[in-house]
Amino acid sequence: MLATPQLARFTEPLPLACGTLLRDYELAYETYGTLNAARSNAILVCHALNASHHVAGEYAEAPGNTGWWDNMVGPGKPVDTDRFFVIGVNNLGSCFGSSGPASRNPATGRVWGAEFPLVTVEDWVDSHARLLDRLGIDRLHAVMGGSLGGMQALTWAIRYPQRVAHALVIAAAPNLSAQNIAFNEVARQAIMTDPAFHGGNFAAHATKPRDGLTVARMIGHITYISDDQMEAKFGRGLREGLKFSFDREFEIESYLRYQGEKFSEYYDANTYLRVTKALDYYDPARATGGDLARALAPATARFLIVSFTTDWRFSPARSREIVKALLAGKKPVTYAEIDAPHGHDAFLLDHPQYHGVVRAFLAGAAAAGHA
Amino acid sequence: MITRKDFEAIARWIAPGATVLDLGCGDGSLLKFLAEARRATGYGIENDDAGVLACIGNGVNVIQSNLESGLKEVEDQAFDYVILSQTLQAMKRTEAIVDEMLRVGKEAIVTFPNFGYWKHRVQILAGRMPVSSNLPYQWYDTPNVHMCTVADFDAFCAGKRLTVLSRLVMNGEREAAILPNLTGTLALYRLGR
Repeated sequence: MLATPQLARFTEPLPLACGTLLRDYELAYETYGTLNAARSNAILVCHALNASHHVAGEYAEAPGNTGWWDNMVGPGKPVDTDRFFVIGVNNLGSCFGSSGPASRNPATGRVWGAEFPLVTVEDWVDSHARLLDRLGIDRLHAVMGGSLGGMQALTWAIRYPQRVAHALVIAAAPNLSAQNIAFNEVARQAIMTDPAFHGGNFAAHATKPRDGLTVARMIGHITYISDDQMEAKFGRGLREGLKFSFDREFEIESYLRYQGEKFSEYYDANTYLRVTKALDYYDPARATGGDLARALAPATARFLIVSFTTDWRFSPARSREIVKALLAGKKPVTYAEIDAPHGHDAFLLDHPQYHGVVRAFLAGAAAAGHA
Repeated sequence: MITRKDFEAIARWIAPGATVLDLGCGDGSLLKFLAEARRATGYGIENDDAGVLACIGNGVNVIQSNLESGLKEVEDQAFDYVILSQTLQAMKRTEAIVDEMLRVGKEAIVTFPNFGYWKHRVQILAGRMPVSSNLPYQWYDTPNVHMCTVADFDAFCAGKRLTVLSRLVMNGEREAAILPNLTGTLALYRLGR
């Protein structure tokens, strides 16, 4: 399947949660499949921390660049593009095409850098809604995402209930725990204390905080994998035996540094700061005094909540909090707890039960006429 | 194992439009039946992967969960009926699940195979553990850990001061009206506090 990235420019100011008006911005997106005549078969896919609008397929000019959820979305796949019109959109503040700290501020002509406002999950959802307006889609058949993408799907169901028929919230949480925030803060400190950070305006100094971003990614990566999986993959394996040095000796050190360095080459440090902050701020129940059931009261979608047994970043217990709140509101909800060894990253992997559940939920929903 | 007759017997106890929680709901066919026959709405709880997948295929709301750890996600008195169909005998903590059922439901409906059925008694008199179409498992390979008779369950309810609102003992398609603990294969109870 070939994918073609597109860019939509918006000139109507977007009011952000932080109080700023974003006056002029662009959203990068891709679509797969065909929108039906009734415009009722659209599925919006929301992305997590380091992904983008490139959800599935490959680019004609870069055949190796496969979308991040290509095992889930495509012809005949659980999210079947022969049947559904699938939209991937890059979040504001990202560095993969939509307006963000690394892009130019149209008002000044300079790179936004530190000036780019802090954006929230709600801001993202509001901007997605405008993209749907542009595409002529009133109501989504489904909105879905994993991790931070799942949080966007949940927010969609709360904020635009009349526009969402089904919400698939995968490997997510109703908010971040103190431990989750703690990991994010260590990652941010690694970036902000890098001398090359220059208060976020590193582009003006023709440099970037590679070392800080590398460490940030290493920390994040630890939380994406289960202890068992790390043990199985690396154990105490050494590359060349003990050398009594601080070089990469253990396989796990080598792996983490490699992942971190690779990430620091293509990811923007200011984006990392903003995305982790959006995660920290995410808490739909804040507006209802901590009562998640009350926060979810406006939702009318049918929900599929999915968690993974070995995910310790957003554990099954966190997904069960969402389930509990939906049950309290007598909302239609199905919950699947997938027995997978991989930890948080399991939501990106091919797993027969997981993919079967998503496929059956979307197919059954279509068959039963729950439009 | 579970027949349409059993479903119909349960459906007769369900008020139209009621809310139902079905514990150990398998593929969701009872909930689907109750939705069609009684306009009942609700959820199933199932731990088995294949069951969860089948429920989704049947358009039934299902929560994947192990009943042995209780119903922590469900609030007090949230449902009109909580059903435990042919699962009681496989529960490790029998009392705990019955208590949970009456915490989250206004009424509990429990069905189980009657161990006191005469054919089971004959097999035990012959010195063997019963194996029948109602109890199809060999003793060494059975999910059933807490078998009981109709008389046992009556005593259990009396001891826990539970109100038996309705009781029906069946043998296949028919009600076992005479000597039910001897002639019945399946017992159905509707309980309240």
